[in-house]
This record gives sequence, C-alpha cells and structure tokens, in this order.
Amino acid sequence: MAETAAPANSAQKNLSLRVSPAAPLGGAFEAGSVKGVVELREVSFLTMVGLRVDRNSDAGQRIAAVTGGLPAASGGVSGTGDTSVLWLGPEEFLVVAPTEAHESLGGDLIQALREALADGAGQVVDLSANRTTFELTGPRARAVLEKGCSLDLHPRVLSAGTALSTEIGNIPVVLWKTGEESFRIFPRASFADFLGRWLLDAMREYASPEVP
Amino acid sequence: MLLISCPNCGSRDETEFHYGGQAHVAYPESPNELTDREWAEYLFYRDNTKGAFAERWLHSTGCRQWFNMLRDTVTYEIQAIYPMGSPRPDAAGKVTAETGTASTAADSTTTGSAAPSIAATSTSPTSSTTAPEGATK
Ligand SMILES: [Zn+2]
Repeated sequence: MAETAAPANSAQKNLSLRVSPAAPLGGAFEAGSVKGVVELREVSFLTMVGLRVDRNSDAGQRIAAVTGGLPAASGGVSGTGDTSVLWLGPEEFLVVAPTEAHESLGGDLIQALREALADGAGQVVDLSANRTTFELTGPRARAVLEKGCSLDLHPRVLSAGTALSTEIGNIPVVLWKTGEESFRIFPRASFADFLGRWLLDAMREYASPEVP
Repeated sequence: MLLISCPNCGSRDETEFHYGGQAHVAYPESPNELTDREWAEYLFYRDNTKGAFAERWLHSTGCRQWFNMLRDTVTYEIQAIYPMGSPRPDAAGKVTAETGTASTAADSTTTGSAAPSIAATSTSPTSSTTAPEGATK
C-alpha cells in the first residue's frame, strides 16, 4: 500500500506534533486571566528529570556538581543558571530545566546526569512527560491557591524560592513559589485539565470589581 | 481532619497521608516453619486497641516516606512520631497486656516466632514516660 511509504522521518517533525496536557485550555487560560491581578498559563514541555540518590554519597556529590547542588531539606531548591533542583524527599529530587535541555532537542542534561550517577546507587529518569507546568502570577495568585491548598502560603511562612509537594484542589502537585507573586504548579499530565479548570474557576471572582 | 507532623515536611493535612496499619509487626523469622494458623495471624490479625496505638503512616503526597506514630484511638491525640525501625517510645504495651480484651495481641499475634519483636518492644520497660515531641527532626 502506498501510504506506508513515508514514515515520519525526523525528530523535528515528531516534536511539532506533540500536544501539551493543558493545550486545549490555552484559550480559556487567556480569557480567564485578569491582567495585573491574576494570570494563568501553561509552560509546555519543560525538561524534568527524576533523581534518586543519597546527596551525601559520592554519586550524590557528582550529580550535585552537574545540577548546582542538591537541596538538603523539604522546601529546598538548588540549581545553577536555568536548571533547578527541587527537593521531593530525603533521597528524591526533581530537576526542572528549559525545553531545550532535553536530549530530543540536542540538550545534554540528562546524559550528563546519567554519567554523573555512573554505577552509583540511584536513578536518573527522564520525567519530562510526567508533569506539565502551570504558571500562576499576580497579586491575587496566593488568594487563588489558598482556596484549595492547606499550606500556609503567607509570605512570612512561605518565601520565594521554596517548593513543596502538596495538594491543590485535592490534586497532588509540586508547588514552587518562584517569586513574591508568582508560582509554578506541577500537576501530573492526567490531572492538568481538571486542575486548569479548577484554577480558572478559582480565579473568576477577581475579574469582577471587589465587593466592598 | 488530623494535622500530622511529618518528620521530613512538618505539619500537613491528614489527606496527604496514607494509613499503614499497626506498627511493629515483624516479619516472621522462619515463615516456612509457621502453621497455617500462625501465618494467617501474622498476615491478618491485629490489635484493636482502645487508647495509645502504634501505627504506620506514609506521607504519600509529600516526601513519600514512612514513619511511625503513636496515636490515641479514643481522643485521636498524636502522642509521638518516630522513625521506622525504632522502638515504640512510650512505656506502653502494658495497656494491651493488662486489658484482657486484647487476647489476639497477647496470644495470637505474638505466637511463637511469628512476631517476637512485638513482645520485645511492648513489654520492655522503656520508661521514657511521655512521648518525645511529635515533630522532632
Ligand atoms: Zn513528608
């Protein structure tokens, strides 16, 4: 049969076909964002690598040299340049890096981590497709999250540069406070649609004038 | 809603955790030598304590680590949180030994070599009167 003749021939073509988990909500995110109050968007296809290693072991120190450190305790974020490492557990970390760091785009981050681990005890796993990234920004971002997150998000407790595994709207996520009024939220791909809609719903009241 | 102090993460809502049942149920040293009854008791029989109860919890949406907790099954007061593998930190066990209702505990669960560690930890007179602070790291 004729149509079997031309298979997709390049990684480039495959990449152009991929759809991020919350892509169908892109328009709704734009429409639901309230400029200068609270805005939501999906950051697609960030490179994410799951690390499991004892940070005090030799392998842990070799990996830390690649990532720019491994955080020591809950909430911690290490990193260098645009590569960040979030603490997930005593021996579990999540590396978050730009899309271009992925090996499918010629990046060498994952390979470098694998080489750093070498035969040490641990894991380096490409988890880029596991979670997607939401960016929630604006002076009302905290108020939106507080509707569905039991952590104390007040700045006196949660300072910028902290990342915590928790629940938002009953969805397990990693919540990373990247700035005073900006958060990154990492839900697993299959929860992205629900959480996206949940956030839109929570944002809706800020589109209207405040009731005095 | 319980507020549980994870040893790694601090206070979090109960919904972030999963319950892991009774703590300190040791795997039998020689499983092949157990009778069917002993094996069933190891697998399925657990204390039904009224009062301080040692149990396992997993911080499943947080650090994904297991830990032990001493919780009062009547008041829900969390008396202690301590690492996996360390002995029960109160002077308890007496509770189960004294109250006759805990027959499964005294006789069955600790039968022979099935779960020697229960007998060891629960009757040992470790007299740290009150439990250590819950969230000590
Ligand atoms: Zn935890």
